[in-house]
Amino acid sequence: MIRSNFFLLLVAVLCALATVHANHQARRLFTELEREQGRMQALEDEWGRLQLEQSTYATHSRIEKMAREKLGMKPPQPGRTFVIDP
Amino acid sequence: MKLSHSPLLSQRLPIGRARFVVGLLLVMFGGLVVRSAYLQGIQNDFLQKEGEARYERVIDIPATRGRITDRHGDVLAVSTPVKSIWAIPEAARLTPSESRQLARLLELSVRDLNRKLSSERDFVFIKRQVPPDLSAKIAAMNLPGIHQQNDYRRFYPSGEMVAHMLGFTNVEDAGQEGIELAMNPLLAGKQGSRRVIRDRRGRIVDDAKLIRPPQEGKDITLSLDAKIQYLAHTHLKQAIADHHARAGGIVVLDAKTGEVLALANLPTYNPNDRSRLTGTQLRNRALTDTFEPGSTFKPFTVALALEKGNVLFNTPIMTGSGKMTIGTATISDAHPAPQLTVAQIIQKSSNIGAAKIALSMKPDDLWQMFDTLGFGTPLGLGFPGEAGGRLRPAKSWRPIEQATMAYGHGISVTLIQLAHAYLPFAREGDLTPLSLIKLDSPPARGKPVFSAQTAREMRAMLEMVVAPGGTAPKAAIPGYRVAGKTGTAHKLEGNAYVDKYVASFVGFAPVSDPRLIVAVMIDEPTGAVYYGGDVAAPVFARVMEGALRTLGISHDAPKSLLVAQGVAQ
Repeated sequence: MIRSNFFLLLVAVLCALATVHANHQARRLFTELEREQGRMQALEDEWGRLQLEQSTYATHSRIEKMAREKLGMKPPQPGRTFVIDP
Repeated sequence: MKLSHSPLLSQRLPIGRARFVVGLLLVMFGGLVVRSAYLQGIQNDFLQKEGEARYERVIDIPATRGRITDRHGDVLAVSTPVKSIWAIPEAARLTPSESRQLARLLELSVRDLNRKLSSERDFVFIKRQVPPDLSAKIAAMNLPGIHQQNDYRRFYPSGEMVAHMLGFTNVEDAGQEGIELAMNPLLAGKQGSRRVIRDRRGRIVDDAKLIRPPQEGKDITLSLDAKIQYLAHTHLKQAIADHHARAGGIVVLDAKTGEVLALANLPTYNPNDRSRLTGTQLRNRALTDTFEPGSTFKPFTVALALEKGNVLFNTPIMTGSGKMTIGTATISDAHPAPQLTVAQIIQKSSNIGAAKIALSMKPDDLWQMFDTLGFGTPLGLGFPGEAGGRLRPAKSWRPIEQATMAYGHGISVTLIQLAHAYLPFAREGDLTPLSLIKLDSPPARGKPVFSAQTAREMRAMLEMVVAPGGTAPKAAIPGYRVAGKTGTAHKLEGNAYVDKYVASFVGFAPVSDPRLIVAVMIDEPTGAVYYGGDVAAPVFARVMEGALRTLGISHDAPKSLLVAQGVAQ
């Protein structure tokens, strides 16, 4: 009788410790999740900034200016244009 | 000696002591039961709230405003996170050197900064919308009473080019003008909030409850094509500079779908820097300002006459000496000719011819057609401040008004209405609604206005305008067949026409299967030339040529002509 009581007490204590551990684990993981979500937001913000930067560099006026001035390009003469129909 | 043999145990004690101890324990235990019942039962709510208040926090979940892109996904407007610097003036005790440094970082004068910090209020913004790298420097200074909050700032990478279409947002990121205002409910995100549990280090350890899920703002894809928009803006700007004009507008439509591919106005402004903004810069003229269209209006009257069978393509009309008197008014032609066919009236832009054709029809029929084409009422694009123009009821028309309306006087329209009304000529006589938003599928056949036969004949007449002998040979584009109509209207000031002009050109190409409609309006060109064919038509040709090339549309002019023109250039 006493033996089984001791055994049950031991089981109860182990369960209690496991609960504590599980809870701790859950919170640790949650913090990690939270951190990653924060990172996700930051990356998304950065993506927005990069998109902005890209479209600033890709403005047609800038491209045309560079094509004309730096690369010496010009629009083709109509007589030298061939449109290839699919 | 074993414990059981202790002599103490064999001693008999008075029974009262044991009962007293048991009783005392029971009373204390009872006390505990009562106390716990009190805490758990009666005070439970209060205590739970207090507990939560110590570890639970409600935090906002930010939602970003949607992006605006052109039809190919190029970003036209995007919100990026910035910081706003604010202070609790009472807590902000800065040393003079700290104030100087802060003022220098924020590009404020020390006096302004100190004035803000000596405010009576509990909360002052020192500077809003500070870029992230700068705010990090300020955070590193670790100043007492100076705090930061997350904010968003809208950027427009294409600057002044698309300014009128997009509009802008205010410091709270809410739409104030243009698409930003019209589509604000869609674009604006809704902040959410959630309740979380924080540990003593302020880390979030658990989600207690999602109070309100955040609603991200929707991205909007406009019908605009950034490349065509660029062409339109640049060439319009050039023309306005060349002809010292006051203002101008240009609209490019996709004739197949009714989508607006480009819409530009001048003067314009830079939406990223709105410190010196005036009302004239803000006006989206093509949508909100009306003008008397002049001769660009003639094709409508002629098309109705063809439709009703009053005239045929080649019916000769006597246009006389170049002067015609109706009542007390006289109308005249710039290039008088005794007799012109209906097609030549369009080609040479004869006011008298158009007036005579108009007078052969019932006012009701004319009014009905103008109304069906969308004149007199706003197009309903959902753009703020869209104008409808003036179209008086047919009953009140006098003969002179009916005559002048045929060549676009006594009626006022917006540039986009005018471009829209050319759709039936570029299509099979049907009119589709316009769209500022990219369409997923082209609309079915629109509302019929003219028959396909009439539309075909009109295309032939309008093509003659651009050919040698017409009013706008400068609208011709090598390699393509082009059609269109010029307009040079006197401006109305007070009640009289003055010697100020509005030069315009509306046309489409390629004529064999029209894809694009371009309408150009230039207000008060003050150079040596002011005719639509000299001022507006070249803008049309350059924009149309570039746009057709951008879209990869095949040449439809005969090859021999192409080579000849190429050599001539």
